[in-house]
Amino acid sequence: MSKIEIKNVYKIFGDQPSKVLPMVQDGATKEEILEKTGHTVGLDNVSLSIEEGETFVCMGLSGSGKSTLIRHINRLIDPTSGVVSVEGTNVMDLDQKKLIEFRRHKMSMVFQRFGLFPHKTVMENVGYGLEVQGQKPEERNKTAMEKIEAVGLTGFEHQYPNQLSGGMQQRVGLARALATNTDIMLMDEAFSALDPLIRSDMQKQLIDLQSELKKTIVFITHDLDESLRLGDHIGILNGGRLVQVGTPIEIIMNPADDYVEAFVKDVNRAKVIKAKIIMTPANSSNNVDKSNLIKVQEDQFLDEFLPKVVCSNANCEVVDKSGNVKGYLTQKELSKALTKEHMADAAKSSK
Amino acid sequence: MGKYKKYILYSLYLAAFVWMVVVAYTGSKYRPESVSILFTDLSWLGNWPKWLDLPLMPYLNEGFDKLIREYGMFFEGINNFLLGLYTDMKNFMVGLPWPLLMIAVIALAYFASGKNMGTTIMVAFCVFFLGFLSPRYWDKCIMTTCIVVIGMLLCLVIGIPVGIMMARNKKVRNAILPILDLMQTIPSFCYLIPGILLFGLGAVPAIFAIFVYAVPPLIRLTDLGIRLVDTEVVEAAEAFGASKKQKLWGVQLPLALPNIMQGINQCTMMALAMVVIASMIGTRGIGDEVLLGLQQLNVGMATEAGIAIVLLAIIFDRITQSYGEKIQERTKTKKIKL
Repeated sequence: MSKIEIKNVYKIFGDQPSKVLPMVQDGATKEEILEKTGHTVGLDNVSLSIEEGETFVCMGLSGSGKSTLIRHINRLIDPTSGVVSVEGTNVMDLDQKKLIEFRRHKMSMVFQRFGLFPHKTVMENVGYGLEVQGQKPEERNKTAMEKIEAVGLTGFEHQYPNQLSGGMQQRVGLARALATNTDIMLMDEAFSALDPLIRSDMQKQLIDLQSELKKTIVFITHDLDESLRLGDHIGILNGGRLVQVGTPIEIIMNPADDYVEAFVKDVNRAKVIKAKIIMTPANSSNNVDKSNLIKVQEDQFLDEFLPKVVCSNANCEVVDKSGNVKGYLTQKELSKALTKEHMADAAKSSK
Repeated sequence: MGKYKKYILYSLYLAAFVWMVVVAYTGSKYRPESVSILFTDLSWLGNWPKWLDLPLMPYLNEGFDKLIREYGMFFEGINNFLLGLYTDMKNFMVGLPWPLLMIAVIALAYFASGKNMGTTIMVAFCVFFLGFLSPRYWDKCIMTTCIVVIGMLLCLVIGIPVGIMMARNKKVRNAILPILDLMQTIPSFCYLIPGILLFGLGAVPAIFAIFVYAVPPLIRLTDLGIRLVDTEVVEAAEAFGASKKQKLWGVQLPLALPNIMQGINQCTMMALAMVVIASMIGTRGIGDEVLLGLQQLNVGMATEAGIAIVLLAIIFDRITQSYGEKIQERTKTKKIKL
């Protein structure tokens, strides 16, 4: 069973969403609905499942409904129709009391503009989730200190949020989400408000933390590079519709429609494609020049060994972890993989 | 359903209009002998006809009499309570030696402003100058202060919870907003008179008038302050499983406090403004000096008392304002020290 299951969820904003729902279900587009009824379609028949321990990235431009989607998971927003179930319980069945318990113990959230409490110190902010659970100050401060340490903010625990830089504030947000030790973490454009260097830093920190904690993370972003870097699976939303779900490679290699294609057009492929994906398998590599070879791991990304290949003008031997030769890479395959035309061909042939 | 709602509303308006015309017509002494005359003799179209006069006044008077007859005990209870509170407070403060009271006020300003010397000296100057203006003013200022303080407490006790309810519930807000508009636009004399009838002459109707006049800004600013709290911060509290109570006390109220303090400050200023008007219904205090000056065309007397009121206002303003600033500082910013 999946950790989080979203089934046929519709969300319509306006005065009478239930009246507009049939129109949306009959396939009217967002623009038509807005023009005819003045209602805004937030989500249009979204179904997806998120497995335990994976990072699921939900991507789309602003207004595509990604923030709406993530708020359905902890029911900050109620769906107009459809089912959202977490660990098998339908969140719509929870009454007010159970919902509060559910939010306290099942999931935590990180916000785009941090959502920190300006009147509380860093430590009080981090301990907030525990405070509402009713933990005693000594206990929750101890946990809070651990998490503050984990995100590298030791020494700032008695500062107020507005005394910290954006990156540090988001670390506080992250620590606050970690403090309640929930299985699921919802991250709503968590790094979008940060400048690129700090963002990359935070991404690395999240990856490191995740390799240790193995939480189920739902991550929202409008940045493709970020989603490719963090996501085990990526879902792409457009105008409230989920247009494609897949692993980063699937998205890059087989964009489902023009929208996704436009998205992946400018991506740095060398950072996403692994050696094993474009190699010529060992058994059909008779005409590969094997005189000048560089050894690369099959799981390495192209950009990790590309400079070496260019400098030495060599071909690559792709090996797995135990050193068995799996295939070969010549400059031909590399150049093909890195040019856009090839990707379009690949997409066509796969269709 | 939504479409029909509009038409139902329109037809209700129409019904009310027809009812009013019928009531006005049938209740009037001046109505013509029969309705048919109206169609043959069109002279009534020239001036507003005498028979088209809704007898609202007798209705209201009747209703008010009934209110006093049936709920008089209730108002009497309120009256006794407020009057007792006022008398005790006034007697206590008047009984104190004046230097002691002066020191107490200065100390209050000192601690409320977070030991800010500038504010304290300003307040000290104003307090001293009050007595300096005229020896009579000291006791009168105490009376006025007592009325204002009790009126304000009443505003706080009722205004802040109402503001919170408005911020939480749109329906409550829609119901209360027109009442606030009414309270702010209706001329104060209109509720001073019923105030006298309900509570008699003196301090209590003044407190009642202060409440009606000064509570709307407090309610509005409480409501606004809570709704202006960053939605993401409120969402964060919800996402971590804060109950409504935890959200209100832990997040919304502390962050709305600067606005609420502003409301309290506004409330105080309006209360002081009301005190002068209330002197016309026999409320004792610094306001009746102004009234006396006015009645005797004694410009100096009125101005002197006016200055005293301004000084009193400055004292109130500085103390409440600086307390608000202090809270803001504590809850929001501390300068980055590097």
